[in-house]
Amino acid sequence: MLSIKNLCVSIEGKEILNGINLEIKPGEIHAIMGPNGSGKSTLANVLAGREDYEITAGEITYMGEDLMEMAPEDRARKGIFLSFQYPVEIPGVPMVNFLKTAVNEHRKFKGEKPLTAGEFLKVMREKKALVEMDTELTNRSVNEGFSGGEKKKNEIFQMALLEPKLSILDETDSGLDIDALRTVAHGVNALRSKDNATIVVTHYQRLLDYIVPDHVHVLLKGRIVKSAGKELALELEEKGYDWIKKENGEQV
Amino acid sequence: MEEQDKLLNEVTQREYQYGFYTDIEMDIIEKGLNEDVVRTIWEKKNEPDFMLEFRLNAYRKWLKMEMPDWAYLKIPPIDFQAISYFAAPKKKPQYESLDEVDPELLETFNKLGIPLEEQKHLAGVAVDAVIDSVSVKTTFKETLAEKGIIFCSFSEALQEHPDLVKKYIGMAVPVGDNYFAALNSAVFSDGSFCYIPKGVRCPMELSTYFRINAANTGQFERTLIVADEGSYVSYLEGCTAPMRDENQLHAAVVEIIALDNAEVKYSTVQNWYPGDKDGKGGIYNFVTKRGVCRGVSSKISWTQVETGSAITWKYPSCILLGDNSVGEFYSVALTNHHQQADTGTKMIHIGKNTKSTIVSKGISAGVSDNSYRGLVKVLPGAVNSRNFSQCDSLLMGDKCGAHTFPYIEVGNKSSIVEHEATTSKIGEDQIFYCNQRGISTEDAIGMIVNGYAREVLNKLPMEFAVEAQKLLAISLEGSVG
Ligand SMILES: Nc1ncnc2c1ncn2[C@@H]1O[C@H](COP(=O)(O)OP(=O)(O)OP(=O)(O)O)[C@@H](O)[C@H]1O
Ligand SMILES: [Mg+2]
Repeated sequence: MLSIKNLCVSIEGKEILNGINLEIKPGEIHAIMGPNGSGKSTLANVLAGREDYEITAGEITYMGEDLMEMAPEDRARKGIFLSFQYPVEIPGVPMVNFLKTAVNEHRKFKGEKPLTAGEFLKVMREKKALVEMDTELTNRSVNEGFSGGEKKKNEIFQMALLEPKLSILDETDSGLDIDALRTVAHGVNALRSKDNATIVVTHYQRLLDYIVPDHVHVLLKGRIVKSAGKELALELEEKGYDWIKKENGEQV
Repeated sequence: MEEQDKLLNEVTQREYQYGFYTDIEMDIIEKGLNEDVVRTIWEKKNEPDFMLEFRLNAYRKWLKMEMPDWAYLKIPPIDFQAISYFAAPKKKPQYESLDEVDPELLETFNKLGIPLEEQKHLAGVAVDAVIDSVSVKTTFKETLAEKGIIFCSFSEALQEHPDLVKKYIGMAVPVGDNYFAALNSAVFSDGSFCYIPKGVRCPMELSTYFRINAANTGQFERTLIVADEGSYVSYLEGCTAPMRDENQLHAAVVEIIALDNAEVKYSTVQNWYPGDKDGKGGIYNFVTKRGVCRGVSSKISWTQVETGSAITWKYPSCILLGDNSVGEFYSVALTNHHQQADTGTKMIHIGKNTKSTIVSKGISAGVSDNSYRGLVKVLPGAVNSRNFSQCDSLLMGDKCGAHTFPYIEVGNKSSIVEHEATTSKIGEDQIFYCNQRGISTEDAIGMIVNGYAREVLNKLPMEFAVEAQKLLAISLEGSVG
């Protein structure tokens, strides 16, 4: 589904990712962990097509196509979804309008008829139930005045509406209370299928108790320095990153 | 079918009867301005005597005045002697069919969702009898007449209702009020007049009617709206379609008078040609709009969406004379490329317990300059008055400018004046967030800008709010990324 080869990315001349390699197959869940500033969000943003970054080397293939050639909105329409670490507020734009536009753009791309307001509201009601999204929130402007946790919930709610093929969850767990974490994780699992894949960026094992990864990767200074099964997350929880840093010849 | 034939017949024979512009044979008089020209205008239009005095008085005042230079605008010198001050006769249709019209213009029309017949009208294509709009107009006129509402061209009003005009003209905007108002008062060609009798609620937006005629607006237009005691009217001026005009200078005057318990809602969508991407050839729009809340508990509300013109100089204002009267100003002003806008309002509180609200949303893109200039003046006698002002600026890119010039004078201790202002940049983050949900950058900008302006757009009559939304999005095309 997704194949990243030797990806090097810099911003304002500073190299942030240097040589990422990653293969993701349909049905898989990959967890990416790593210390603050190691480049996790950068990787997520580059996959989603954010333009501030300069890709200096490497290639990314998504469903057989060169991802770098695609505009961000086309990546979204082709099934890439990013749950933002810091979702932005868009004052004055009602959630419902925003979501309906997004859903209908996806439908148009697939050659489907746009949903009418009535049809959309029905779909919305179903998906809201999935993540226990409060109606009071969907009546507001996009993310406006949402608490940190509500914003994260809203991301997964949108994921449920857009039914992506490749979801990238950038620290969706941070800011969620214990119950919300369970609800959100439950939502993500409910959306799982053998055809779609998920990348989970997180700092904590806790989320991975619910969303069980097939692979865990450790990102350090812009490189994936260790990959293993789900047990790696447990080990990191216990020992932190120092031992990995040492293994990679860093002063600790 | 018979009905239609009858209508068609009516239409072809009396095409101008329901229009705003009386179809007088006109010859263009020599360019230039002097007392004789003013006299000639008065004569040719066969106006009542008081109008000669009005016009000459205005002209003499104008001669002694100077063009205002306090606005944040770069105004190229205007040669007032190079203008012909008598309205040219109606232009013949320029084209035989829409195929001959600039495709870019047609594309804009389509994006705005303007019906085909209306497109022809706006683009200057010969139109067959426009059954729909004319029949609408006819029933419209009948409904208004039943209620005793007068709604006609200014010329017609001067012929049919001279006493009403005489009583109210110049009440809100005196002839010597400012340079452009004086010029307009001396030479105005036509415009519209509206009178709502006591206790009458105008049953429809006075807009459909006006819109059809909007393509023919004159260079020096004059509008007078009088709402008698306890009446209500909502009036819409303008058109979302880009309007071209061979006259570069436009200096209109709009006066509103609201008597006891009357309410007037005046909405404008202005989209005059702003010039090309380098700013060449755009319209200079110097408008004086003022309403007087003469009566107790009267209310005047201005809503404007300004996206056009090379230069906009415009301050729709309210004089709150009656006790408990209310003035409102809701504005979205968008400038792109080389456009310049200096716009805002004046709220003059004279009566007791008067209230005013100002919501101004500026949007600047390209290398444009966008200024808000507002005066809130509370006179000593206007006890317990209140004003709330909110002035926001949204910048797109870093080559444009946004400026705010609030002037506040409060003459008593019991009144409260609040002013809030913000400046923000359209966020790359917001655009990317939309992109990531499958929404194109262009649509995202439209959405974000409309969200920003929502409070004002909500004040527009529904149908125009929808068009104005599209207009904002279109006006910003290609301004980011
Ligand atoms: N716009 C930018 N300008 C300059 N430096 C940037 C920019 N964006 C990211 N960086 C830098 O790139 C590095 C990687 O950032 P990134 O956000 O990818 O880290 P992360 O792994 O997601 O961290 P966290 O766990 O704190 O979310 C950091 O050192 C950060 O400061
Ligand atoms: Mg991060």
